[in-house]
Amino acid sequence: MTRLSSAQRHLVRFTLNGKPVQGEAEPRLLLTDFLRQTIGATGTHVGCEHGVCGACTITVDGELARACLTLAVQIDGCELRTVEGLAPAPDRLGVLQAAFRRNHALQCGFCTAGILMSLDHYLRAHPKPSEAEIRDLLSGHLCRCTGYTPIVQAALEAAAELAELSRSDHRDV
Amino acid sequence: MGVEGIGASVVRKEDRRFITGRGRYVDDIKVMGMTHAYFVRSPHAHAKITSIDVEAAKAMPGVVDVLTGQQIVDDKVGNLICGWAVHSKDGSAMKMGAWPAMAPETVRFVGQAVAVVIAETRNLARDAAEAVEVHYEELPSAHHIAMAIAPGAPQLHPEAPGNIVYDWSIGEEKAVDEAFAKAANVVTFELVNNRLVPNAMEPRAALAEYNEAEEHFTLHTTSQNPHVARLVLSAFYNIAPEHKLRVVAPDVGGGFGSKIFIYPEEMVALWASKKVRRPVKWTGDRNEAFLTDAHGRDHISKAEMAFDADNKILGLRVKTHANFGAYMSLFSSSVPTYLYATLLSGQYNIPAIYAEVIGVYTNTTPVDAYRGAGRPEACYLLERLMETAARQLKVDPAELRRKNFITSFPHQTPVIMAYDIGDFGASLDAALKAIDYAGFPARREKAKSEGKLRGLGFSCYIEACGIAPSKAVGSLGAGVGLWESAEVRVNPVGTIEVLTGSHSHGQGHETTFAQLVAGRLGIPISQVSIVHGDTDKVQFGMGTYGSRSAAVGMSAIFKAMEKVEKKAKKIAAHQLEASEDDIVIENGEFKVTGTDKSIALPMVALAAYTAHNLPDGMEPGLKEGAFYDPTNFTFPAGSYICEIEVDKGTGKSTIIKFVAVDDFGRLINPMIVDGQVHGGLAQGIGQAILEQAIYDDTGQLVTASFMDYAMPRADDVPSFEISHTTTLCPGNPLGVKGCGEAGAIGASAAVINAITDAIGNNKLDMPATPDRVWHAMQAPLQQAAE
Repeated sequence: MTRLSSAQRHLVRFTLNGKPVQGEAEPRLLLTDFLRQTIGATGTHVGCEHGVCGACTITVDGELARACLTLAVQIDGCELRTVEGLAPAPDRLGVLQAAFRRNHALQCGFCTAGILMSLDHYLRAHPKPSEAEIRDLLSGHLCRCTGYTPIVQAALEAAAELAELSRSDHRDV
Repeated sequence: MGVEGIGASVVRKEDRRFITGRGRYVDDIKVMGMTHAYFVRSPHAHAKITSIDVEAAKAMPGVVDVLTGQQIVDDKVGNLICGWAVHSKDGSAMKMGAWPAMAPETVRFVGQAVAVVIAETRNLARDAAEAVEVHYEELPSAHHIAMAIAPGAPQLHPEAPGNIVYDWSIGEEKAVDEAFAKAANVVTFELVNNRLVPNAMEPRAALAEYNEAEEHFTLHTTSQNPHVARLVLSAFYNIAPEHKLRVVAPDVGGGFGSKIFIYPEEMVALWASKKVRRPVKWTGDRNEAFLTDAHGRDHISKAEMAFDADNKILGLRVKTHANFGAYMSLFSSSVPTYLYATLLSGQYNIPAIYAEVIGVYTNTTPVDAYRGAGRPEACYLLERLMETAARQLKVDPAELRRKNFITSFPHQTPVIMAYDIGDFGASLDAALKAIDYAGFPARREKAKSEGKLRGLGFSCYIEACGIAPSKAVGSLGAGVGLWESAEVRVNPVGTIEVLTGSHSHGQGHETTFAQLVAGRLGIPISQVSIVHGDTDKVQFGMGTYGSRSAAVGMSAIFKAMEKVEKKAKKIAAHQLEASEDDIVIENGEFKVTGTDKSIALPMVALAAYTAHNLPDGMEPGLKEGAFYDPTNFTFPAGSYICEIEVDKGTGKSTIIKFVAVDDFGRLINPMIVDGQVHGGLAQGIGQAILEQAIYDDTGQLVTASFMDYAMPRADDVPSFEISHTTTLCPGNPLGVKGCGEAGAIGASAAVINAITDAIGNNKLDMPATPDRVWHAMQAPLQQAAE
């Protein structure tokens, strides 16, 4: 394992939503603070800093991670995806994002980024989730506004729509 | 009203920025030269500060300054205020101790700030905070109501002997005594309303900037009411006069009441920004949120209800002790009095009510309004009492309620409130149908055969919302008027900006308020922008709480719109050479009825601003403002029924079905209304089965993280079945009542009534954790076995 000097700042180079980014971080700096304050990507939120609320959930090399439980220096050379990278184009929403909007699956919007990241990751691997499975996945997140039901509905709707899309893609092929 | 007008479930305008990560919350804002604040907080529940040594901390890397409580007192920054004067029944004023923003001498709860480190980064500030040496002399402390009122209890404030802030009453004691004297049956009940932590997902934050040349402060903060914050910071805390202080509440990540209040941290950030001549940002962490955000509820009550031989209620007697924590927070005094005891009549015709409320200081975090604020406590008490009565009198709980429902309106209760309208029977009927009440006995039997205990619980709530008529609250001791303001600006190109004193922190005002305006003019909501949350833009406003934004805030917009339309019609009539009375507004056009003559809104707006051809004597421009002060509260009400199954082996409760039927008057955006109900229900269910702030014997808050405080999660709550009955509120032009708190008010009683029904033991307090439920079910199970 690489040892880093705690007194120094270290250059961290990584890919953020497909674009190369770099910044300096002291070893103890949390990835949340690094993303939000050093890089300026404030879409990832900090709700508890102890890994429970899930607001800071992102993907690192395709795996879900709590950015508040990750050190910035750990992601050197990694590919990160955050809520800012979810939309397919600046003027278009992704299927899951659109389903969130249609179903009123967010109110204050603070926990939303993390929940979107978890669901986006989950639906890729689980195209036909049940309500219980979605609720189980969502139990890794806290939302104080919605009561969760609209989020569950949005997730199920998005899953159905994604399944439909992949079927039509298949036909196209 | 058009496809985007009132009544349409329009998707929210604000969503796009939130789901793409482009919201702008306080902690997202970064300014040049910004420093970071980190507070040194008391580890003791009650102690004298014998010394503070900041020198070592000041010498740490990156430290700009370390400031203490004594300095903030020396600089004559005002103590925190309580803005609602409540008098004891003997007429004396409430007895309050001083609350300085940082403690100079005595700390009275764990987490109270004693000093602040200002440094180049948050981590450096945190490092230095560790190096601030504070010596304390520990004092005996009292963390529960019973401890604080016991003889010889530790005294928190010299001003409040026996730790009693007030001993208040409402209603007529004599009339209630007479009612009980002639009662055929009396039902008595004691209960605890558990202390909760609001836990908005965004922790509180403040960014204070001081412009030396202009002697002007800017504060970005997580507030539900930035204008009230500015008023209080100016008028009472001597930070700066109002015209030299701008308060901005940008996107705010939930409030639930906890962001109404002006807290020490915002005050200190402002004060410190002038002292260090640099911008100061403070962002609380979750632990600080648990320790310093005003908590909610925390009552101990005894209630008695008298019935006649026909099971009609004759009277209600209530005695409640309310825990205020260590200091009186901004609106704390009103919560267990005017927001609680005035709702003790519920949906019922109760000829005589007498309630006493004793407010108590304890060595805990201050307690103030949390979603529902007093009304959930009233509903919980009353609805558990009704269910207890039904069981004791051996009558159907739905029928006992129906027999006692208020059926004619207006109805004056014995506790101030005058209900304007409602149809309580209609919502109960709808709820009974939705839950299939007739089929319940069969479901219960089936569950029994599977080894489960099934129960059904009711809760018929009423709340007073749309707070509030300024004259009425003024007469009850409020320090502010609770009207709302609005300004409608029609731009020369016909787009519209609406400035409102309401604040949205999740409620969707940018959409619903635009629906009102767009619907009236027949234009798309994309043509309307809602401006809120900035004291430099909006002249004044009272903010968002108490389910008031639709009833009061939108009514102000309605009034301003009427003025705009009146002037616009005059201009249109002049342009079209028609009579003003013949002009109608349709699809964004001003039309002369019965003709094909019309002029589009942008042309009317342009005419108003070019002023080339206006009626003689008319001022140019198209902009109108209005203040709306309601004449009464609004009274949302509804019926909730919860069906629950309890596992005999573990005591775990599972909600099988939850139906909520609400009467909110006219719905502006049904999708958003349902969202408010869903969220409120989850909080009510959280209170019922999961949440509780627990202090240990030394006054430490042991539930001060999400690892220890059980927040409702997606697998804890079911999908709710929500529907509506409607009686239009006669008190405001829109007929709306408000929907923000209903779920949190009504849900907890329904859940506990269902659990106690299932287990056959009525002695159960919230949160009904599996452990508590398991213990409560042992006696009835044994009885059944014998």
